[in-house]
Amino acid sequence: MIRLNLRKKLRGARGDFDLKVSLEIEKGEFLVIFGPSGSGKTTLLRILAGLETPDEGYLEIEGKVWIDTNRKINLPPQKREIGFVFQDYALFPNMTVFENIAYGMKKKDSKKIRELLRIAGLEKLSETKPATLSGGQKQRVALLRALAREPRLLLLDEPFSALDPQTAAPLREEVKKLQKQEGITTIMVSHHEEDVLKLADRIVHLNEGKVLFQGKPEEIFYMKRTQSPVKSSLHGLLLKKNFNHDYYEITLALKTEILTLKINQPLGEKLKVGDKLYLCIKDFEILEKNES
Amino acid sequence: MKGMDFLPFWLTLKLAFWTTLILLIIGIPIGYYLAYTKYKINLLFEAMVNLPLVIPPTVLGFYLLLILNPKGIIGSLWHKLFGKSLVFHFEGIVVASVIYCFPVMINPLVSGFRSVPKNLIEVSLTLGKSKLETLIRVILPNMKFSVLTGIVLTFAHTLGEFGIVLMIGGNIEGETKVVSIAIYDAVEKLDYSTAHIYSAILLVLSLLTILSVYILNRRLSSDQA
Repeated sequence: MIRLNLRKKLRGARGDFDLKVSLEIEKGEFLVIFGPSGSGKTTLLRILAGLETPDEGYLEIEGKVWIDTNRKINLPPQKREIGFVFQDYALFPNMTVFENIAYGMKKKDSKKIRELLRIAGLEKLSETKPATLSGGQKQRVALLRALAREPRLLLLDEPFSALDPQTAAPLREEVKKLQKQEGITTIMVSHHEEDVLKLADRIVHLNEGKVLFQGKPEEIFYMKRTQSPVKSSLHGLLLKKNFNHDYYEITLALKTEILTLKINQPLGEKLKVGDKLYLCIKDFEILEKNES
Repeated sequence: MKGMDFLPFWLTLKLAFWTTLILLIIGIPIGYYLAYTKYKINLLFEAMVNLPLVIPPTVLGFYLLLILNPKGIIGSLWHKLFGKSLVFHFEGIVVASVIYCFPVMINPLVSGFRSVPKNLIEVSLTLGKSKLETLIRVILPNMKFSVLTGIVLTFAHTLGEFGIVLMIGGNIEGETKVVSIAIYDAVEKLDYSTAHIYSAILLVLSLLTILSVYILNRRLSSDQA
């Protein structure tokens, strides 16, 4: 169980704002922090890693206090037992793939490294330097390096954003499989819907430093469980349906317009081209208020 | 070439070796500090580091004489500790040469430290390594070329040191008479053949040193690819 309550003043493109987050995360949970860029999600992740200091707050993981500004506690990153995966992988160019993975292990265990490399299909690249690897391979190595040290908390900062969709899709599944298998509590920052749909047990939607919403991923995209009354509805004809790795993209003909939507896989499977559909929008969120 | 005195060369190489070694040892922590901290006072420190590039060696030598002579702050302390003077001794020209070569070593190191991607350092910390271990296993290996540039340039620069050595060390056979001074001395005595030989050797030696920077540069950059 992780409990946190943090505040930090941030500089945004539209002036200063407060990052203010209070969360509880279950052991083994996969939490995705979702939101536009500049919403404070990476800063939150860096505070959890000890790479940045909050103005005030508290962070406790499995009974151990990592941050308590009242008691002037702020453990440095090297004492936190985390695995951090950077957006651009941050592999050590001076070390081989094997050495990169071994670097963070508390006790070097060659057998375990070889096993991890085998699972990730990288055993042939063990003695290669990172410079010659492809993006997907680099990301796998970065992930193995973070996992090899058996962290209490795995932190992923937009890990798939530099990869093309064909590479990212299978990697997402591997990550989810490994995470469930090892039962590692994971917090991932992303602004990709695919990440949320495929990986998250729970999602925290951050905007300008505030939590707008938290809950199951489908709730935020499809608003299935919102209790609010129907606000608006449309009738449409399904013209086209495309499967795109983990979601469907559908094109609907409305009275005078064409509308393209993303929907989740189970719903997409039920639909056929030519179906007549009834769409309702159940809720709105105001992201920006027109003050004039 | 018979009867040629090679003692000045030995002395020059010894001076270059000690200057480079001492500067490397003190240069790494100083470079680390200047590259990774952002205090306003650092601007002053960086300016001071680079001062030897712009002031004449005579000015620097004059001030060093004031503090290194047996009555000066450092000179008197040295005298108490080792029972001899810094001025007109080999140790004195090493001190002077270290100060004079400061920018030659520190500047490549600072830019080397700054060239190492910040996230490599951060990821090493998140992998449980201390700052010292990160420095040794991640930062320094990824700025190899800057370290080598610092070493080679400092060495080459010290080979040609003249003004400051003359101010602090004078021209004492076997103690402070390095090649550059030996050449000056030979010319003064109209001994052009000695001056010719010394100059030619120093020229080739310096060229080879600088050339090695470029060869290493090429080899290291093809290593990384």
